[in-house]
Amino acid sequence: MSAVVNPLQGQAQADLAALMSRRISDASLRKQYRLDQLFRHATRLFAFLVLALLAGILIALFIGGLSSMRTFGFGFFFSAEWNPVTEQFGALVAIVGTLTTSVIALFIGIPVSFGIALFLTELSPKWLRGPLGTAIELLAAIPSIIYGMWGLFVFAPVFASHVQPILKSTLGSVPIIGILFKGPPMGIGVLTAGIILAIMVIPFIASVMRDVFEIVPAVLKESAYALGSTTWEVVWHVVLPYTKVGVVGGIMLGLGRALGETMAVTFVIGNAHRLSASLMEPGNSIASALANEFTEAVGDLYLSALIELGLILFFITFVVLALSKLLLLRLARREGRTT
Amino acid sequence: MDLYTRRLLINRFNLVVSLFTMLFGLFWLGWILFTLFKAGLGGFSAKLFLEMTPPPGSDGGLLNAIMGSLSMGAAGTLLGTPVGIMAGIYLAEFGSRGWLAPVTRFISDILLSAPSIVVGLFIYEAYVVWVGHFSGWAGAFALALIVVPVVIRTTENMLRLVPDSLREAAAALGAPQWKVIVLVTVRAAKAGIITGILLAIARISGETAPLLFTALNNQFWTSNMNAPMANLPMVIFQFAMSPYEEWHKLAWAGALLITLSVLALNVFARVFFRNRTATY
Repeated sequence: MSAVVNPLQGQAQADLAALMSRRISDASLRKQYRLDQLFRHATRLFAFLVLALLAGILIALFIGGLSSMRTFGFGFFFSAEWNPVTEQFGALVAIVGTLTTSVIALFIGIPVSFGIALFLTELSPKWLRGPLGTAIELLAAIPSIIYGMWGLFVFAPVFASHVQPILKSTLGSVPIIGILFKGPPMGIGVLTAGIILAIMVIPFIASVMRDVFEIVPAVLKESAYALGSTTWEVVWHVVLPYTKVGVVGGIMLGLGRALGETMAVTFVIGNAHRLSASLMEPGNSIASALANEFTEAVGDLYLSALIELGLILFFITFVVLALSKLLLLRLARREGRTT
Repeated sequence: MDLYTRRLLINRFNLVVSLFTMLFGLFWLGWILFTLFKAGLGGFSAKLFLEMTPPPGSDGGLLNAIMGSLSMGAAGTLLGTPVGIMAGIYLAEFGSRGWLAPVTRFISDILLSAPSIVVGLFIYEAYVVWVGHFSGWAGAFALALIVVPVVIRTTENMLRLVPDSLREAAAALGAPQWKVIVLVTVRAAKAGIITGILLAIARISGETAPLLFTALNNQFWTSNMNAPMANLPMVIFQFAMSPYEEWHKLAWAGALLITLSVLALNVFARVFFRNRTATY
């Protein structure tokens, strides 16, 4: 085939070029191009700002905690001593308290969140899903100081007079775990803090679980139903394995929230720098130690020790939240989505 | 019991348990709201909005705390929102290539859930120590840092919902990219972006931890953002922990006020923008 030269083509192109050059001058094109560049770089600058913020937080906390790090070294992590008078500080009590309250929160929060997500995706009538889902999400919207106040004035007394005696007389006499439930029923303490944290993390875990349950392809569920599965079997053997990664991501997100929760814990944990095996005894967490003592801390070493505590807290939550994000991303990637 | 009955019973039992977990969740919401209304409604009067926080043992209102919260909240939102929107635009519109966008997205999502008390510590180290005193501005900066990741997340999500055909249509008409974004995509996503800002305001209205070491508290009226500033969460914290009956009453009234405004903002944001926006 020989190339057919269209005699009009060259002419038309020239015409078009002439037309365009009349309508859009080179100068205006250049100006728009520069504006485009400017706009892109401006938005990029703000994206950089987020990274700078993270770096800033790490650097500021590191510098603040430096004198404590120099004085106590690695011993800071393993010392249970916290004495502002003799200036001996150790993070063990606060770290243990933070981890214990969070574990209690997850222990209660995971099954409840799973049940709520199951109810919202499989059982609830369509018209109720929206309102019920919103109601659960509103639990997350209530400010943490409200949880704290309510926990201290309303929940703790009820807990001390009605629940703790029962726990003591039943679980308290079981060997091995009985030691967790010794002590006077005061209402405040590690266990109370853990329970209130559980209520606070339920909406986060439940809403991730609901979202990932919803992406399970209907074909998979319908196939299982067609084979005669019950609703529970479909959820347990099809939905849960399919969304495993996302569910774990949601749990990690809840854990991240629980670890850093401040005000609610501060009100009810009792703020005692004491290590005790019982969950009914008052304890302390990193965040509540900061909230309680920071503004009253006198002496550079005291302040520095508190800031190092903050750095430890930030580091732990960062790792947990990063894991959560990676797991959720993995599920999303399998889904072919990119958020 | 044969296999079928057993499976049936297990199914019934687990579904009933699921129903109870739902009720369990609603139960706490109900209990907390009930407590707030019961203890806080009595303190609701014109005085609450017209008088200053009282010294121990006498009557008063929360005017200075309300004004402090409003001005720091407004300053925090005004500072944080533009940063969040610009970064969100970068992630959604320019973020398909390179390393910066995925990393920023990742970090921003982590900061979204990071402990807010650490933000307070950071502002303390970076600003309060530098200027030498607690101040309303420090509080506003801390709140702004909390606003940024919330706005980034919703802005990006909302911009991604805008169909590419709109961008292509605008580009085909000869619009430069910045015009496509500012005049077409951002405008199309406006409702969603405003929802994000509302949710961010709701989030910072109740934040206490970041204000502990930044704005501190002030028993008196001040409109000076360069001085320690009263704010609702801190006043509630101080009053609730005190032994005085009058202060407790005011703390409950303040708690009800905050919760109602936060819940109203949340519900309004949801109604305002029907599509679900993931904010975790």
